[in-house]
Amino acid sequence: MVEAKFLKPDTLALHAGQHPDPVTGARAVPIYQTTSFVFRDVDHAASLFNLEVGGHIYSRISNPTVAVFEERVAALEEGSGALGVSSGQAALHIAIATLMGAGGHIVASTSLYGGTRNMLGLTLPRFGITTTFINPRDHDGFAKAIRPETRLVLGETVGNPGGEILDIPVIADIAHKAKIPLMIDNTFASPVLCRPLTLGADIVFHSATKFIGGHGVAIGGVIVESGRFDWEGSGKFPTLTEPYAGYHGIDFAEEFGPHAFIMRARTEGVRDFGSCMAPQTAFYLLQGLETLPLRMARHVENARKVIGFLKDNPAVERIASPELPDHPDHALGQRLLPKGTGSIFSFDIKGGREAGRRFIERLRLFSHLANVGDAKSLVIHPASTTHAQLDAAALKEAGIGEGMIRLSVGLEDPADLLDDLGQALRAAVKA
Amino acid sequence: MKLTVNGHAVSATTGGTDFDPAKPAVIFLHGAGFDRTAWRLQTRWFAHHGRGVLAVDFPAHGWSDGPALDSIAAMADWTAALIEVAGLKQAALVGHSMGALVAVETAARFPDKVRALGLCGVAAEMPVHPEMLESAKANTLKVQELMTFWGMGNALHKGGMVSPGLWLRRESLAVLSGNRPGVIHNDLAACNVYKDALARAAAIKCPTVLVLGDGDLMTPAAKAKPLAAAIAGACTVVISNSGHFMIVERPDETLEALKSGV
Repeated sequence: MVEAKFLKPDTLALHAGQHPDPVTGARAVPIYQTTSFVFRDVDHAASLFNLEVGGHIYSRISNPTVAVFEERVAALEEGSGALGVSSGQAALHIAIATLMGAGGHIVASTSLYGGTRNMLGLTLPRFGITTTFINPRDHDGFAKAIRPETRLVLGETVGNPGGEILDIPVIADIAHKAKIPLMIDNTFASPVLCRPLTLGADIVFHSATKFIGGHGVAIGGVIVESGRFDWEGSGKFPTLTEPYAGYHGIDFAEEFGPHAFIMRARTEGVRDFGSCMAPQTAFYLLQGLETLPLRMARHVENARKVIGFLKDNPAVERIASPELPDHPDHALGQRLLPKGTGSIFSFDIKGGREAGRRFIERLRLFSHLANVGDAKSLVIHPASTTHAQLDAAALKEAGIGEGMIRLSVGLEDPADLLDDLGQALRAAVKA
Repeated sequence: MKLTVNGHAVSATTGGTDFDPAKPAVIFLHGAGFDRTAWRLQTRWFAHHGRGVLAVDFPAHGWSDGPALDSIAAMADWTAALIEVAGLKQAALVGHSMGALVAVETAARFPDKVRALGLCGVAAEMPVHPEMLESAKANTLKVQELMTFWGMGNALHKGGMVSPGLWLRRESLAVLSGNRPGVIHNDLAACNVYKDALARAAAIKCPTVLVLGDGDLMTPAAKAKPLAAAIAGACTVVISNSGHFMIVERPDETLEALKSGV
């Protein structure tokens, strides 16, 4: 019996995209801190500019250090290619701009990062792109919301901050029946806990600032393409299937096939919008990727201990985590994310907004800041920060209460985390 | 570009320029289960350097219609018909793997239609592992995984693509998974039973270059030696650190090897 013995994800996290430097022997990925790259001759220059040959021209479009990061994320996500960009928001923007222009429509989950909700609901309409928001559990709602001008279905693997799990295979099927792709924000799961492209999604993006980096020192984003969506058969994506004057009439689907989307995103998206990833950033994020499998296992382990502690604490009113059997998506989470649903979840503290304020201010180990997925444990009050732009109705729609606290459980000794949470909860309800 | 061969629509990419039959033509023929897009880092260069380029999808592959052709001989007949339909008297044929066998067969049987040959990832015979054939017949994933695993050179299993950000393993699996049921088996079976390459080679009179990978497990470079020896005047370029997919693994070296010949 023969079998294909591909390198496994834990190995790819350390090696994918890089070989020891052939000139210097450097084992670590070198930081190619250069804006531009010398051409061999005039014909080589012209060939690079015309996409006749592969290689680097200018670091806004591609860079060797960034390319290692891109290939490594593509490998971990099981994608045909990836594009590193300056932030998760840049990833979202470039993906959308690659797929559609004014008149385009998106069907998106209501359970989204506040910044995503902001871009879709408030900013993109100024440019003629509108979004219909649907509860992630309302599968029929997704199907009914798709219109002739819909070009994308969008959701998060694990919703923010309520922990809703998107049924990716079901939503992918709905999108594909309408000949449109499904794009997933996989930031909260990371490719260690879920690989949406293997579940039917067509595009994945990350805020690499979060778990992928894990250290909280670099802002970055990445888009990954599955290579399987039939752009030509869909007939709805002229940016990928019709001649593009930006490269003398190139037809991306015809020439690049499984790389059509990511090639257009690179050669138009970062070329024109400019939101590229810096090589130094890619280097930082690569340090994170190397230990991502180990860190995610510890994140999940610690989160489960914290959830168990909070569940029995009288100061806690409700915990929204798919790790718990009473969460509506518990079974789905176990099926789609069998290694765990991550370490970001929210809970309501008794006493509402004021008790929440006291709780956050008494914490000593948890840092109060606007980030998640850090090695250090973090806390925030979504209603007044990450989701502050939402009105009361939208907050309710997104399942965000006035007293909701969001935790991102880090890698500290769990006993220290439980001590910190315990003392802060006691102080919060005592006053 | 769309052409019609034997009553069926054929899809071809022209490398980013309008196809001009007055220019020296180069026709690219893909390998088993793959399509025109495998040639993306050769077609655009040739098209922008004075050649008329057609990187075709064989029938039932990629965007081409029609039933799959069930033998290398039938594919050669089809290629000869394609040359005529494209308004060409002659073309250089550049083939990869199965496409290389088709190029050999076409050049031998239709010598007036072929002005040069580029044979990438080729061997005198291409026996296919029985488990691959079995899986292909059953339309299971295993054949796609084995074609990908054995097709990639050792180095590329860790990546390092020339084109930034692309991941070859998934590219290969994505293209292979897009085939209609039976197509991969059709191709592999055609390669498996084809034993005529050496006999046909003696009839080849056009300039020929063989482009081989030193780490090719599917068509090891050593297995191409008899074929190279049987083609008068053929030259051989062995690319280091390359597997069977040299056209995407080592596209620059492949292009350099082909430039002078075709």
